[in-house]
Amino acid sequence: MRMIYADNAATTAVSAHVLQEMLPYYSEQYGNPSSLYAFGQTAHRAITKARGQVAAALGTTEREIYFTSGGSEADNWAIKGAAALGKAKGKTHIITTTIEHHAVLHTLDALKKEGFTVTYLPVYENGICRVEDVAAAITDETCLVTIMYANNEIGTIQPIGEIGALCRQKGVLFHTDAVQAVGHIPVDVQKDQIDLLSLSGHKLHAPKGVGALYCRKGIRLPNLIEGGAQESGRRAGTENVPGIVGLGVAITDAVAAMDENAKKLSVLRDKLLDGALQISHSRVTGDRTHRLPGHCSLCFEGVEGESLLLLLDAKGVCGSSGSACTSGSLDPSHVLLAIGLPHEVAHGSLRLTLSDDTTPEDIDYILSVLPPIIDRLRAMSPLWEHILEAEAQGKKLY
Amino acid sequence: MEYSQKVMEHFTDPHNVGKIEDADGVGEIGNAKCGDIMKMYLKIENDIIVDAKFNTYGCASAIATSSMATDLIKGQPVSEALKLTNKAVVEALDGLPPVKIHCSVLAEQAIKAALADYYTRQGIDPASKGIVIKDDDEIDACSV
Repeated sequence: MRMIYADNAATTAVSAHVLQEMLPYYSEQYGNPSSLYAFGQTAHRAITKARGQVAAALGTTEREIYFTSGGSEADNWAIKGAAALGKAKGKTHIITTTIEHHAVLHTLDALKKEGFTVTYLPVYENGICRVEDVAAAITDETCLVTIMYANNEIGTIQPIGEIGALCRQKGVLFHTDAVQAVGHIPVDVQKDQIDLLSLSGHKLHAPKGVGALYCRKGIRLPNLIEGGAQESGRRAGTENVPGIVGLGVAITDAVAAMDENAKKLSVLRDKLLDGALQISHSRVTGDRTHRLPGHCSLCFEGVEGESLLLLLDAKGVCGSSGSACTSGSLDPSHVLLAIGLPHEVAHGSLRLTLSDDTTPEDIDYILSVLPPIIDRLRAMSPLWEHILEAEAQGKKLY
Repeated sequence: MEYSQKVMEHFTDPHNVGKIEDADGVGEIGNAKCGDIMKMYLKIENDIIVDAKFNTYGCASAIATSSMATDLIKGQPVSEALKLTNKAVVEALDGLPPVKIHCSVLAEQAIKAALADYYTRQGIDPASKGIVIKDDDEIDACSV
């Protein structure tokens, strides 16, 4: 059976080119970059090269790039670090949105226990926050604004450039979790006036376990991980050399192919969204146009997300959902609730995220298997019956 | 979280899906906000459950437990069906992940609700038969 991987917002395949460039650093070039002999220095040079590649992709200099174990570590480091800098100046207020990744939200929860206050800005029905809300929320106490570049669940792109300009003008540090954005849409830390940015390798065809933090020159974040002198003494631990090499190659490839991929992917995305919307009682979640090129997120009334995913899996299609059953909690995803969806609708969520490997035939296939699965689940769904009964009486349940 | 093969069989090819138009007892349990609703239909002749069908909105384990629970009571006397526990459903499915146990409770409760309806239609107080239907909140621990 054919498998169609449509969960690229969860993780991506390591590309053949990336893997090929990484492999020597597992076997032949396994030296420790901290070692002084030439063998170690070869590995060190590989890291320096990758740092330059990441910096170039973000429009900055290599001295501002620090490699981490991934996006979550970069988020933790940026937010906890900025909070500590703020606290030293007596500033303990942080601004964020209701749709951040848990790496941000749970880090903020930890800070709240230490006495920080957090303002959660709304995102409205389209899943996009408003710069005027950020402006209104900033006070003399504000030490950090942390707002994601693009959302993982609904794909919406936030007005990062405007928020960056505002924060710079107000003298407030601005961090963005750009894990879903980097390599997919143009990100320029100078132009967007970003102070701190988190990114992850495995969302852009690099391996899992590597990421980076951009920290603007002059911002002295306290260390998150103490130890050796790696990463200019700011992030200890022997470097994940193959992973870092992979990240450098992957980000370079992604930026080089970005325009072409974005054009191709947005056509496929729109084809999939339009096709899926032919199913009755379906809706796109998040803004229809201001979203990541390969990101499709939908809800189908009367069905539950986990059942939908498992039946899609039986047809070889890998996707994800924000239903309670798939989130491992009792509530559906906080993002779907934040855009105003009732629980009953959010339970029927489906996210399909494409990659440059996705073909038009893949979309045709998904659109051929999806409607019968929805029909089948609805045929046995008492909720669907309630929805139809209500409509027969002229009422709309959701 | 991984489902047993038995759960996957009863999810992908559930038994007893549908409605019984002239059912002698119908029970509905759960709510949409929590993400699962089970509706059971029973046909009862001479105190024997001659047919059982269900409609379920919910996750794979909600559908699988509905399928298994209806299998377990079909052909049984009402008195036996009343003794069906969620544990028996879980065991028959070769186990459920801990976070999915509440689905088996829903299945047990849906059958009890259908049997309660059967007694009520005959003018018999279900409580006199020892039938206690739990609140949705209690079953689902759902934050309604």
